[in-house]
Amino acid sequence: MSNSEKELWTAKLRGAWQRNLPIEKLLPDTQPAYVSSWIYTFGVLTLSSLGVIIASGLVLAFEGPSWYHVSNVGYFVNSLHFWSVQFFFIFMVIHLWGKFWMAAWRGRRMATWMTGGVAFVASIATAFTGYLVQTNFDSQWISFEAKDGFNSVGVGAWFTVTNLGQMLLLHVAFLPLILGVLTILHVLLVRAKGVVPPIDAFDTEKKAKGARK
Amino acid sequence: MGIFGHFMNLKAVYLHWGWLQISVTNLIIILSMLAIFVLALTLPFPQDKEGKK
Repeated sequence: MSNSEKELWTAKLRGAWQRNLPIEKLLPDTQPAYVSSWIYTFGVLTLSSLGVIIASGLVLAFEGPSWYHVSNVGYFVNSLHFWSVQFFFIFMVIHLWGKFWMAAWRGRRMATWMTGGVAFVASIATAFTGYLVQTNFDSQWISFEAKDGFNSVGVGAWFTVTNLGQMLLLHVAFLPLILGVLTILHVLLVRAKGVVPPIDAFDTEKKAKGARK
Repeated sequence: MGIFGHFMNLKAVYLHWGWLQISVTNLIIILSMLAIFVLALTLPFPQDKEGKK
């Protein structure tokens, strides 16, 4: 540790970043051979869906319901936002299945697993508030059923699902921010720790080395 | 909305087992996801001519 790192938080942060996530790891140009399987594509498919969700969501936010509930292009962008959410969940769940069965928390990857798990829950909350702000009979039904549910566990006075303003701001501002931070952390952790090897990789490597001798 | 509007406005068909209820559409989606998962694990991944992936 240099002298400046001992004193200054900026130097400490720079040093920690350079040790844990140098640029070659952040933007690699190779990948381990075991990553050549279709199951490893579902993370980036989830991220791509999230990109479409955010882009279409921004357009909806700036134009407002008098556009997206009226004009044909507005209907299209509204549908794009809805369907990209469906694909986001499909890809994310398949990604979760793959990561669970390959025990992807191995090799000091607990933080990667946990940021992924919390992001999953946060995206459910984001999607739920999205369903609440449709401003149609469906969302009215959802909010009145959900109101009974949240009241029964004692949080109904705080998380007021029939309060459109509260639900809209949570959906458009607070929850996407949380989800964005978690997603970025999750991807940086994958870059820092590398993709988890298959469960029998080290035994196979030892056997291969033994056979080559 | 054309022909798709007709199909998207049909009533959903639900399957019941006591308290458990799921629409046929939802069941098809979940079964398709399981099929995609199995295919993702079993389908060969493309390689280039030198054998690099």
